Amino acid sequence: MTYEAVIGLEVHVQLKTRSKMFTRVAAGYGHPENTLTDPVVLALPGTLPVMNKEALDKIVRAGLLLGCEIAPECKWDRKNYFYPDSPKNYQISQYDQPLCRGGFVEIELPGPARNIMGEHRRIALTRIHLEEDVGKLSHGEGASLVDFNRAGTPLMEIVSEPVIHSADEAFAYLTALKAVMIYGGISDCDMEKGQLRCDANISIRPAGDAALGTKVELKNLNSFSFVRDGIAHEVRRQVAVVGSGGKVVQETRDYDGQTGESKSLRSKEMAHDYRYFPDPDLMPVRVDEAWKESIRTGCPELPFDKQRRLQKEYGVPYTITSVLVPDRALSDFFEEAARLCGRPQAAGNWIANDLLRELGAAKLELAQSRVTPRHVAELVVLVETGAILSNAAKEVFIDMFQTGDLPDAVVARKGLRAETNPDELERWCSDAIAANPKSVADFKSGKESAINAFKGPVMRAAKGKADPKRVDETLRRLLAG
Amino acid sequence: MAKPEDLRLDHVASLARIALTPDEKVRFATQLGDVLAYVAQLNEVDVSGVEPTAHAFPVVNVWAQDIAEPGLSVEDALRNAPEKRDNMFVVPKVVE
Repeated sequence: MTYEAVIGLEVHVQLKTRSKMFTRVAAGYGHPENTLTDPVVLALPGTLPVMNKEALDKIVRAGLLLGCEIAPECKWDRKNYFYPDSPKNYQISQYDQPLCRGGFVEIELPGPARNIMGEHRRIALTRIHLEEDVGKLSHGEGASLVDFNRAGTPLMEIVSEPVIHSADEAFAYLTALKAVMIYGGISDCDMEKGQLRCDANISIRPAGDAALGTKVELKNLNSFSFVRDGIAHEVRRQVAVVGSGGKVVQETRDYDGQTGESKSLRSKEMAHDYRYFPDPDLMPVRVDEAWKESIRTGCPELPFDKQRRLQKEYGVPYTITSVLVPDRALSDFFEEAARLCGRPQAAGNWIANDLLRELGAAKLELAQSRVTPRHVAELVVLVETGAILSNAAKEVFIDMFQTGDLPDAVVARKGLRAETNPDELERWCSDAIAANPKSVADFKSGKESAINAFKGPVMRAAKGKADPKRVDETLRRLLAG
Repeated sequence: MAKPEDLRLDHVASLARIALTPDEKVRFATQLGDVLAYVAQLNEVDVSGVEPTAHAFPVVNVWAQDIAEPGLSVEDALRNAPEKRDNMFVVPKVVE
């Protein structure tokens, strides 16, 4: 019997806002404990929530980018439960009226090789709603400690349909979703900072069946790789359970990425009973056409649309676009450089290879780079016109990465301009030929490699600044004469 | 009169984390039953021409711009905490 995995993902994404969802104290990560609180966050008596307009703009933008239907009107609900991470004893969320419904995430599955584009698919979304994040608990000696800095941070929950069928697909989904969020300036999606969190609902069924099997919720998937590994592990576990005549039990399991094991979370029999009801403290949200239009105008091109356009418009290959496009700033950098020099392929190579390598080695972000699109463009032109040779260009690149000087200045300072005086080159070649009659005879008798014997002396005479291609041409012409 | 089972009093009490004695159950069942009967009068109102709404007021989009303002100092934030440690609130150990 072969089984098919059926996976739905619930992804929580913190919105990038200055203040919290329902109050104006700052939102942020990495601050000392309990320094980002106010009476609303702590649910002190008499406080009232007030919506953050920017958070609403951002979820509308997320919805538009993902092709969702934006609710013309929606309300807020209280999700009631007792847990010390939530001082109100309820979380403000959206129950039956999410702000966004439907939509999809375009994903790219792994290709047959890293340099070959994989198949693209659309993963349908169920809904996206907005809520507030909760505080953070740490468990100490005989007690738990609560830090409310995170409590009240705008949090979007993105729910996919159960249409994902493998761990690789789930990984591709998260990768694509993250890219859209970053392009849209909606969230930085840094998992280490808890800005993106993922739970997976996983079940298996005999391949071809339409009915869904019993699902297991996998929690604590705190990196993209853990999501992939955790899902693969859970699917294997379920197939083994069913294969040995057992039944999958509906439960929540915790996946430990370090050990690669999962264990059942014995949440008490208490089935979730959140007693949702409309929050009387908050008025509804109405999104009209004018609002949607104003957000739509500011929406960026989607990453995969951009990748297709770069390949079509500039003729740059997948190997380059797949490196550039996941980073919006990097792909913008590329477009600027390509436009300035008119040589997109060469510019793409410098950026995807040399620039990224240097940034990585120096542990710098693109925004901190001293090399600008203009630097890359001018360097490309110097190489293309033969003003400098490619090995000299590498040296120029590293220099300008460190100094920020433009290529011309670096070339002049380091004396790297290629030797282009044809008379001089002609003389060096003649001298080399005259000094080595044996190799001349060898070459003329058909020993092709004999020509290399002349190149060393020529390059030495040129102090390495002669174009090897031109040296070769000149030698052949003189030897033929 | 509603009986404790009808009201799912045990379930409601457990959701509210309240332990009730048998006497209290009887007493609260009566009281809650009265409240529900009182509210049930709303069922007699003809609302066939009324749109469902979560609010009585036709007000929408009450919001503030996203401008961060100073919050509480850690000292003030923790002032009401029955117990504190390392600038955090101490609660009974919860492990899920």
